[in-house]
This record gives sequence, C-alpha cells and structure tokens, in this order.
Amino acid sequence: MTGSIDLATVWAFIIAFAVFVYVVMDGFDLGLGILFPLFPQKADRDVIMNSVAPVWDGNETWLVLGGGGMMAAFPLAYAVLMPALYTPMIAMLIGLIFRGVAFEFRWRTLTKKNRWDIAFAGGSLLATLAQGIALGAILQGVHVEGRHYAGGWWDWLTLFSILTGLALVIGYALLGATWLVLKTEGELRDKAYHLSWWLLFAMLGAIGAVSIATPFLHIQYTQRWFTWPNIILTAPVPIAVAGVTVLLLRSLANKLDTQPFFLTLALFALSYAGLGISMYPYIVPQSITIWQAASPENSQIFMLFGVAVLVPLILGYTAWAYWVFRGKVRAGSGYH
Amino acid sequence: MFESWDAVVLARAQFAFTMSFHIVFPAFSIGLASYLAVLEALWLWTGREVFINLFNYWLKIFAVAFGMGVVSGIVMSYQFGTNWSAFSDKTGPVLGPLMAYEVLTAFFLEAGFLGVMLFGLERVGHRLHFIATLMVATGTLISAFWILSANSWMQTPTGYAVNADGQFVAADWLKVIFNPSFPYRLVHMVLAAYLTTALVVGAVGAFHLLRDRNQAGARVMFSMAMWMATLVAPIQILAGDQHGLNTLEHQPTKIMAMEGHFESHKNGAPLILFGLPDQAAGKVKYAVEIPKLGSLILKHSPDAPLAGLDTVPRENWPPVPITFWSFRIMVGMGFLMMGLGLFSLWNRWRGTLYESRLLHLFAMAMGPAGFIAVLAGWITTETGRQPFTVYGLLRTVESASPLAAPAVGSSLIAFVIVYFAVFSAGVIYILRMMATPPHHGEQGPSSDVPARAAGITPAAGVAAGGSAS
Repeated sequence: MTGSIDLATVWAFIIAFAVFVYVVMDGFDLGLGILFPLFPQKADRDVIMNSVAPVWDGNETWLVLGGGGMMAAFPLAYAVLMPALYTPMIAMLIGLIFRGVAFEFRWRTLTKKNRWDIAFAGGSLLATLAQGIALGAILQGVHVEGRHYAGGWWDWLTLFSILTGLALVIGYALLGATWLVLKTEGELRDKAYHLSWWLLFAMLGAIGAVSIATPFLHIQYTQRWFTWPNIILTAPVPIAVAGVTVLLLRSLANKLDTQPFFLTLALFALSYAGLGISMYPYIVPQSITIWQAASPENSQIFMLFGVAVLVPLILGYTAWAYWVFRGKVRAGSGYH
Repeated sequence: MFESWDAVVLARAQFAFTMSFHIVFPAFSIGLASYLAVLEALWLWTGREVFINLFNYWLKIFAVAFGMGVVSGIVMSYQFGTNWSAFSDKTGPVLGPLMAYEVLTAFFLEAGFLGVMLFGLERVGHRLHFIATLMVATGTLISAFWILSANSWMQTPTGYAVNADGQFVAADWLKVIFNPSFPYRLVHMVLAAYLTTALVVGAVGAFHLLRDRNQAGARVMFSMAMWMATLVAPIQILAGDQHGLNTLEHQPTKIMAMEGHFESHKNGAPLILFGLPDQAAGKVKYAVEIPKLGSLILKHSPDAPLAGLDTVPRENWPPVPITFWSFRIMVGMGFLMMGLGLFSLWNRWRGTLYESRLLHLFAMAMGPAGFIAVLAGWITTETGRQPFTVYGLLRTVESASPLAAPAVGSSLIAFVIVYFAVFSAGVIYILRMMATPPHHGEQGPSSDVPARAAGITPAAGVAAGGSAS
C-alpha cells in the first residue's frame, strides 16, 4: 500500500499539518515566554505580551486539533502514545495553564512584583521542554503489547529525549526572538537581533546533534536516510537547511526585520520534514503504522468533508486576525 | 505513595475534579458571550452610552473567564488519552470525529475572533466588531452542540456497530449525533448557561443597587437579568422535566437512583422528598415521601407501576446517595431561581424593582446558584450512568489506561494544587472587577495599560483617539 495515496496517508498529512501549524504558531509565543527573563523591564514585557495577546488562543487551538484529530483518525495511536507520554503530557498541560492565564492575569494583579510574569516564563519553558521530550520519546519508540502501552511511566526519560527537549527550547526561543525582530522596534528589537544570532547558532548545533543521534536509535532510521536510492530524496533536506541558514544569517546581518522570522519557520519546516522522513509510515515508531492505527473509513471520510471546507476558512479568518493586528507594537504611544 | 490505591478510582477522581472546575467557565462564558452580543446590538441600535459601558465592563470579565475556560479545556481534551486510553481506542472512531468537529467549527471560530472582540473595536470599526462578537457567541453555542452530542451518545448510544478490534464505529452518523437524549440535554444545558449568567449579572447589579439605586449601569443590568430569570427559569423547569422523562425511557436505572427507588412499586410509586439512601441495605432511611406522586410525575398517572433497583443486578447500580442528593440540590436551585424571577416580577409591577432591598439581597445570594445547579446537574447525570462510560456497553473499569496508581495519583495532586492556585486567583480578579460599578466612559480590555490602547500603526492610533472621544 505504501506509495499510493489512501485515506490513512491523507489523514497522516492532515494531522502532521495541524501539529506543524501548532509548532510554528504556538512556537513563537512559547518562545517569547522562554525569553521573558532576559527582558526584565516592565515596558518591554508589556510590548512582548501585547504582540501576541490577540492571537495566542487561536495558536493553542491547533494543539487541540492535533490531539482531537489524532483520537478521531488514529485512535489506537492516541491510546498508546498518551499513556506512554504520561508525565511529559501532564507537565505540558500544567505549563500551558500557567502561561495561558498569565495573558489576562498579569494585568489584574495589584502586587508590585508580578508573579504572573514568572508563571508566563516558567509555564512556557515547562510546556516547551515537555513537548520536545515527548517528540524524543516518540522517536525512540515505546513498548506496545496488543492494543496497549505496556511500559512504565518514566520510560520516556533518556538522554535522547532530554536532548530533543532542549533542542525545542532553543528552537522556540529563536522563533520568539525573530518574532520580536518583526514586531518591535528600538532597543527591544536590537536586543532581539542580538539574541537571534546566539540562538541561531545554538539551534544549528541542536539540529546537528539530533540529526546525528537519531540514526543510532534504530537501524531503520539509518537505512531510511543513507541507503540508495532513498538518499536522492533525503539529501536535499540537509542541503536546504544549509541554504536557509545562509539566508537567515544574511538577513540578520542586514537587519531586514521581516525576513528572519519567516526563514526560521523554513528551518522548522525542514526539520519537521526530516522527522516525517524518519517516521513514515509509522505513527508509533517501529510498532504501529498509520494503517494499523487508522479509524474506519467512514469516520475518516466524515471528517474529511469538515477539514476540506473548514480548514481553508479557518486559515482565512486567522490570517485576517493577524492582519488586523499587523505592524510594529509600540509601548505607550497613543496613550490617552 | 498511592501504591495501595486503585488507579481507576484515582482516574475518576481526576476526571471529576478537572471537569468540575472546567464546566464552571463554559457555563458562564456561553451565557456571557450571548449577553455581550445583545449589549453590543442594543448599543449599535439605540446609541445609548450605558450599553457600551456595560459591554466593556462585562467584556473584561469575559476575557478572564474565557482564558480560564481555554486552559482547563485543553486538559480535558488530552485526559481522554492519558487516563482513559482504552476508552479512546474503543470510542475514538465515533466520538473523535464529533470532538474534531467541535474544534473545527467552534474552538477556532471563538479563538479567531476573540482577539478582535477584545482588542479590535478601534481597529475594525463597529460593524466588523459586532460580527466578531457574534462569531464568538455563535462559537460557544456550536461548541455546546458538539460536546453535548458526544456526551449524550455515551449516555444513549445509537447508530453504532462494533468492529473486529472491539471498537465502536459509526453505522449512521445522523443517529450518532442526534441520539435520543441529545436534544433534551442540549436545551437543558444551554438554558442552564443562560440562567447562570443571568444570576451572576443580576447579583452584580443588585450589589451596586444596594450601594446606589441610581447607578445607571446597575439598573439596566439588573433589570435585564431579572427578565431572564423570570422568563427562563420556568422554561428550564419544564425542559428539565422533559429531560427526566427521556432519561426514564433510555436510562431507567439513573432515574431509580435519582428518586431513591430501591423497591419496585406495583400500584404507584411515592415521591421521596428527603431521606438517607443506604446503598448497602438497599433502602432509603428516614424517608419523607408523598404517596403516588412519583408515578404521577414520571408516568402522568398516580397508580402506574414503577420498577425499582431491585430489578437491576447490583453490579449495575450507580452510587445512589450521590445521585439522589445532587439531583435534589439541582431541583432546589431551579425552584429558587423561579422564586427570584417571580419576586422580581412582583416588584417590577409595583415599581420597586430598583428600591426593594429584600429583592437585591435575594438576587445577590442567588449569584452562585447557577453554578451550583450546573455542577449538581452534571454530577447527577454522570454519576447516575455509572458503572458505565458508554451506557450499558462499556464499563468504566474497562475504559481506563494501563497505568499504575502512583502515576495517576501524582498527576491528580499536581492538578489539585495548580487549579486551586491558578483559578482561585482568577476568581478573585473577577470578583474584584465586579466590585467596581460600570461607570461613564467604561473602557474595554485594550485600555488597561497604555501599550494596549496604543495603535500598532499611527493611522490606527488616530482612529482609536477619534472613536474614543
């Protein structure tokens, strides 16, 4: 069945798309939380929060679609992976609670030292670390028996999953920094440029480390990437990463405010494509393929109608919301 | 810790705890979103300043409540997988699509337009802003549609088949979505959300009228809220009665537990008003009952026979005391709401709606009544369908994840600590906002700090200055 376009493959791409949209959209706003401690001034923090306040809720909705969509389209994978990732998932949810409520709460507190700033930064870091660890735990595979997860609740903890956790923290921080380059000006923007340099080098190191470590997890990953003729398809990925990196370095050097963010998104897209190449056609690596996990055709077709009509519509009005709040966010201007 | 505990009991406690916290926010925001749409429509239509003041006043409260609803809701959507993975595997093909549709048709709609609703009045103009408010309000109702359909299917499953892997699959999607208890549950819950909001708005209005009976905003919101209580509370009691009859038809065991009917009655069952149900002994101690009234309400005939729990194997009994008592709390709240509505109508007729201290004190005391009734109602319906997750088909013990008790217990403790820390702060912020009356020139959420009122582009900044004057 591999190679032909069937329903399960279509749905694998839809779920992958939802998760990717989540990663890039919530990625930058989680990244802002990770960078928060580096911006101690209240005025800067207000601007940073305001740059995402109108859109953060929509960003997180993609996470609900990723989870809900997976339960609907690949219930077996959802049922196996969630208990396997138990601790990182709970940690992620708790992190998202703290940083999510901070958007409103930090304007409401009367205390001088704003503890919701700490909640925003800590929650963002925790959620990101947990997501990265979950990714690593999926890649290294989980213990499945029958239709159940059969491992313990700390199986996910390995050096590799810690590595992917840290890599994602660096990646989201870079997204956040380049978002600030795009949305702010003055000293705040200059600081964001400065941070972007360091974070870019860190991210390249992280991509390199994860790329080197992954083939050692399973022989299948090695074969997928390095055997002939696969290499014709896989080789362009690292080459494109190098190309995007050059463009990104140039845009940072020339201070072209709009480019770094979108080029960072391109880096994420390429890393994500690399993940897809490693995993396909497994949804639980080495155990369950997308066809084994797929829900019955009539469930997948029923939802496909909704996705085909509604996702373009959602992307449309989401784009409109971003457009309404476009441009640079300024502190204090227009105060009346 | 927790080694000697039962993982399923802990998972149930976690679901009950996180769900009880979560439901409070949507119950409030469904009603409040509609109320905000009404206020903005009245402002656009009449141009009266009091309506935009009230709109901005409640919008700030909405923003805080909605945020708490979102983050507590994400927990719910992942909890199916973390704690109830066997359930997810078996029901995913049927319930997954309903929840996916909820995300696609409701959550995105709310989230997409929320930013414009909260911060965009000066940026997009009145008309587009009103559309954004309508979209958010519509989104909350669509969300109620799908999630209540999913819940109702678990209570009264129809339109399904079972495949070789033991999964429920859809045989007829329309029968899945419009399953027998869904229309009743949807009406009952949406009305409950409207009443909950009306009681909160009424309590805030009453609080400010007690201090200053000429407070313009307080007068308008109190009057609107009391109209809602007067009109909707009796309808809700009627809807609840119909929902009960539907439950009798499809989940008779739940009704037996709600009524405390351990024994069958051949010649008309009594209505047990109060008493102490004893699950082990299988009888209600110290029962205060009215003969024949139970049959009269449920069968519309005083002598109609009514089966009791003695016709049901014990392993299929729901926990009777909880179901029995939560049901009475809900019904009691419902009649108090109707009482408040009638008392306000009487005062309105006498011209003392804004003067009667007794009415205002009553309305203030009833502020949390909607939340209590919603919680009690959900406890009734969810406890009453035990010991099943999919009624009669899938047992709760067969639905849980293959996790050890320490994992579930630890996450339960984490959620308890985090929820109390975070949501009690949120409730304090909301109460603090409610404690100040809506005033002349009330600003929306975008004005709390200078940076938020700031136009992102100079042109928008000018527009903001223009329309704010």
